[in-house]
Amino acid sequence: MTLLEIRDLHVTYRSERGDVPAVRGVNLAVGEGDTLGLAGESGCGKSTIAASVLRLLPKGTDVRGEVLLGGEDVYAMKPGRLRAVRWTGAAVVFQGALHSLNPVKKVGWQIEEAVLLHTKVSGKAARARAQDLLVRVGIPADRLDHYPHQMSGGQRQRVLIALALACDPHVLIADEPTTALDVMVQAQVLALLEELQREKALALLFITHDLSVLTHTCRRLAVMYAGRIVEEGPSELVFTDPQHPYSRALAAAFPTIGDATSRMNPQGLAGDPPDPAALPTGCPFHIRCAVATPECATVDVALRDAGGERRAACVHVGASHVGDGHV
Amino acid sequence: MSEPVVSGPVVSGPLLSLTNVQVQFGGGRVHAVDTVSLDVGRGEVLALVGESGCGKTTLIRSIIGLEPLTSGTITVDGAKVTGNARGLRALRRKVQMIFQDPTGALNPRHTIGDAVAEGLRIHRKRGTAKGDEAAVVGAALAEAGLRPPERFVGRYPHEVSGGQRQRVLIAGAMALHPKLLLADEPVASLDASIRGEILALMRSYVDRDGVSIIAVTHDLGLAWNIADRVAVMYLGRIVEIGPAEDVLRNPQHPYTQALLSVVPEIEGMEQQILTGETPDPSRIPSGCRFHPRCPLVANGEAERLGIVDRCRGVDLELEPQTAPHRVACHAVHPPSPTGPTPVELSPRAT
Amino acid sequence: MKRNVSSAWRRLASDKLAMISLFVLIAFIVMAIVTPWVSSREDINPVNTGDNPTWASPSREFLLGTDYLGRSVALQVMWGSRVSLFVGLAATLLTIVIGTLVGITAGFFGGWGDAILMRFTDWFLVIPFLPTAIVLASVLERSIWTIVFVIGITSWPSTARLVRSQVLSVRSRLYVDRARALGAGRAHLIRRHIFPNVLPLIMASTTLAVPISILTETTLSFLGLGDPTEVSWGSILNEARQKGAVTRGAWWYYMPPGVAIVMVVLAFTLFGRALETVLDPRLRER
Repeated sequence: MTLLEIRDLHVTYRSERGDVPAVRGVNLAVGEGDTLGLAGESGCGKSTIAASVLRLLPKGTDVRGEVLLGGEDVYAMKPGRLRAVRWTGAAVVFQGALHSLNPVKKVGWQIEEAVLLHTKVSGKAARARAQDLLVRVGIPADRLDHYPHQMSGGQRQRVLIALALACDPHVLIADEPTTALDVMVQAQVLALLEELQREKALALLFITHDLSVLTHTCRRLAVMYAGRIVEEGPSELVFTDPQHPYSRALAAAFPTIGDATSRMNPQGLAGDPPDPAALPTGCPFHIRCAVATPECATVDVALRDAGGERRAACVHVGASHVGDGHV
Repeated sequence: MSEPVVSGPVVSGPLLSLTNVQVQFGGGRVHAVDTVSLDVGRGEVLALVGESGCGKTTLIRSIIGLEPLTSGTITVDGAKVTGNARGLRALRRKVQMIFQDPTGALNPRHTIGDAVAEGLRIHRKRGTAKGDEAAVVGAALAEAGLRPPERFVGRYPHEVSGGQRQRVLIAGAMALHPKLLLADEPVASLDASIRGEILALMRSYVDRDGVSIIAVTHDLGLAWNIADRVAVMYLGRIVEIGPAEDVLRNPQHPYTQALLSVVPEIEGMEQQILTGETPDPSRIPSGCRFHPRCPLVANGEAERLGIVDRCRGVDLELEPQTAPHRVACHAVHPPSPTGPTPVELSPRAT
Repeated sequence: MKRNVSSAWRRLASDKLAMISLFVLIAFIVMAIVTPWVSSREDINPVNTGDNPTWASPSREFLLGTDYLGRSVALQVMWGSRVSLFVGLAATLLTIVIGTLVGITAGFFGGWGDAILMRFTDWFLVIPFLPTAIVLASVLERSIWTIVFVIGITSWPSTARLVRSQVLSVRSRLYVDRARALGAGRAHLIRRHIFPNVLPLIMASTTLAVPISILTETTLSFLGLGDPTEVSWGSILNEARQKGAVTRGAWWYYMPPGVAIVMVVLAFTLFGRALETVLDPRLRER
């Protein structure tokens, strides 16, 4: 059953300098127990998507399209229903920086708060639940009364996971949960996330810029650029055999250790990720693309079939591979 | 710009030599760098890898004099570095540094031209013409990939992108034509797609001008991309060092093995996730400092090899001393028949 | 640098309240400057020079009426502006100079010097102002310079603390580390990095210190501690009260100096706040 579905989402921020189209027509779906990774760099719109699922975008933002949680459109919900759904239907695990948790409240209190907001249980029961959650994510129970600054980065990230699970949501959105963590701690946190996701059959949307992390944690993968999905498919395939030139560049940025082709050969793209307020014409990637054709400057391309359950938005994909299963 | 007279003859030994360097904080409570000896050759890129708290950043900060040494010596280009103002000044003509956060490392009130020229102005002899400075700044910007330089000289840091800011930092450091560049997580805060360009740029200075680089990073993929040698640090000590291909494809130390196993980009290794948090440099374990988290101790292998007591009680150095690939591990280098030679080290807090 | 100044000015100019305040301040300063040309010292001597009517309410000839000696109140207010503004500005200068020097030295050099300077600052901070002012004013010669000295001596500690904390904050910034790595000595660090980042704070602090100094001078003159040979707004208020202007209902005597004080203080404060907002890079939009 599809628990989270986004249909043709367009999100435009209003600012003094004009409209900024952050998301320009994104479709994705995550079913029960399924995992979808969303990869992209700064300005691509992935964090906007995370915020849009629970209607956490700033006031005045223009949102078009549908965001369906368990079949219900979040943007058609009345305020009461929305409040009820937030955190119980879907929850977000944010980056564990010091400012994601209230610095002047004990960690246990913050989890209890989430429980008390949504369920009619006593304070004691809430505290017991907070304790259970902390233990489940691998934090000793006595840390309930600690403040965020007394914990390490890895521990804070676990607290955020516990917080997200406080109301037993069906959908979990992880927004850069392991960025800024040491590689060993990152592995611990990822293992925890995978374990919890399997145990509770959560629909997981994992958002990050680290493509290689997604290949292990997620079954499917979508790559975003300039507010659109430019490639999607089974994560292994997308990482090892990317079809879109941008995905190729992004994958090459995480070299496989032991692979002779990347030894002493750092691969990168010229230019910078595009400013959503000033997007290039045609295919937004054409400026940095090594295989751009003249028509790429004028014609933007939609996602096309690229074989093997993959789709990519590039002129070089699909046209000459109709019906083929491989490239 | 004329080069200053180098004191002493230029030896053909290693460019940088660290001997038993120790850096302590809090009056000896925190051993951030706990006896490190290291050589870096000319035109060589050394990747210094490890987790937070291992001392890698403290080590390079102490090389450039931003942290005082508690003990030990640093030799650059054959000349020992003295900690006084003149010594440090001379040092900074040969050794330069770029930082992890290119936005924070640039004064927002100074133009890019000012930022790149800052080093030149500091070291400028009285009377050097200003016109020369503009030419050097332009050349440095162009070499760092910011072309045409005129477009950037008058701009402010917040007007250019993150990757460009890092190039400004690189231009500012290389404008002094140092022989050694220290890079503290040079691409960690940059977008993934542009990291390759910055790394290639760094490599270009090495290949073209024979500059040496020490790159501090937690990213083993970066080491694979540009490093000639890799040194792995744990709690203030180097636990493994050797040619990059050897260390990354054939790691000997259990810590290196575990680190590599959890890197998503590795192929063919089973994941060994170490438990516990990254350890605290104010409480360094006795014996081999890795023993509380070592998989070999945890799964009994160390006991089977008969070394577990040494792991818990005897500290050790990198062995074998003369080989290119060295490890500090009892399992790799069991005691010699003539009996163990425990290493005498300064007492530390447990 | 130039670009910073012009963009700062543009932002300031768009703040209507700031512009009105600036206009008011300029008007008062002009008034203070032109006073010697439109009147002479005789007009404020404590004798009845002419046959001016005493306690006269405002008329065509005396715009703000006359006082108990028949002197023009308007002229007194004008002469008073010179003293109030001069003392306000001079005392502020003293405050800022001492405070900045102490703050930068303590913040930058740290260690023992910082500890000693800060204890010294704390000592001055806790001295109660009014008793000290009264004691000093009585012991020293009664003149404008004494007032300037008294205000300066008692106001510098808060500036020092402010400057010191800003210096500490800037010192820990990464670009200062970078400058050190490049080989910068202390002089370079202070001149190129610390001071320019502390200066906006000092400027805003100055603009807010002036009205405090003016009010302080007014208070001291009102209490009779000022220079007896000079007229200031505070002394006018003092005389007005002593001579019974309130019971007489001679509002033209005590209201003008009061209104002048309020206007100047308000104008400085509003302008100072606007300046602070404009110069603080954190509040600046990118």
